[in-house]
Amino acid sequence: MQGVPLFAYIALALFMFTVGTVGVIIRRNPIVIFMCVELMLNAVNLTFLAFARYMPAMALQHNAAQRAQSQMAGQMMVIFVMAVAAAEVAVGLGIIMAIYRLRENIDIDELNLLKG
Amino acid sequence: MLPEQITPGLLVFAAMGGIAALAALGVILFPNAVRSALCLVLNFFVLAGLYFTLGAELLGITQIVVYTGAIMVLFLFVIMLLNLAAPQQLNEKGDIKKPLGVVMGLGMLALILAQLQVAIGKDFGPRSEANFGTPEVVGRTLFTLYAFPLEIVGILLVVGIVGSILLAKRKI
Repeated sequence: MQGVPLFAYIALALFMFTVGTVGVIIRRNPIVIFMCVELMLNAVNLTFLAFARYMPAMALQHNAAQRAQSQMAGQMMVIFVMAVAAAEVAVGLGIIMAIYRLRENIDIDELNLLKG
Repeated sequence: MLPEQITPGLLVFAAMGGIAALAALGVILFPNAVRSALCLVLNFFVLAGLYFTLGAELLGITQIVVYTGAIMVLFLFVIMLLNLAAPQQLNEKGDIKKPLGVVMGLGMLALILAQLQVAIGKDFGPRSEANFGTPEVVGRTLFTLYAFPLEIVGILLVVGIVGSILLAKRKI
């Protein structure tokens, strides 16, 4: 878009990432913690796409073929992040279901079997 | 750093970014898990719009289909199955973790922001080609240069499907 600096996108992504981090720390519901992890993944995706669009390092590359490859790299990474996130959500929610079936309680602060 | 003049694009970005930021805050502030999930859906929708403004049309559509369509429905199904909607079931009582987490988060924000100003200080416009996000270009790159990572991701997804079925089965 015209007139929007790269810094605006990066600042929004940074804010979303921070909110996700704080949410992982302060919430006790494992499903909400999972949602915060998704929020962090999406913040990083936004960063990838913003850098892919603005390409601050493009002045370093003179080869045209190399430039054509490097402008696609960000989008490829976003596609792979989405695929890995889908697999992660399926397995993670399966684990939460299994824990709930075992303990009838999914408060994250009471799952302290690994405490020494 | 700051733009000199207010353009229509900047106003659109400010509106979308504001909605995305508020929805992100809503995810962690609502005590009810269903409301958090709906805030996250709103956030992902606005994020898909931001992908469109960045020229990545295919990924914007993929964001809507994969995240708001598939992943969030999975979240809502699990909330429904565990019956977590009742807010009294998991009362979030205040402890030392909350202020500590907020302070650490703000510290991280300040730290990265200070580095960011040095890294992308001078202003410049979009430099990539206009059609770099169309399905044709993305698909061509995905099936030539990135064919091997694509296969590996396919294997990962198959393993994830089998693993989640095994985890969810009562008797193996």
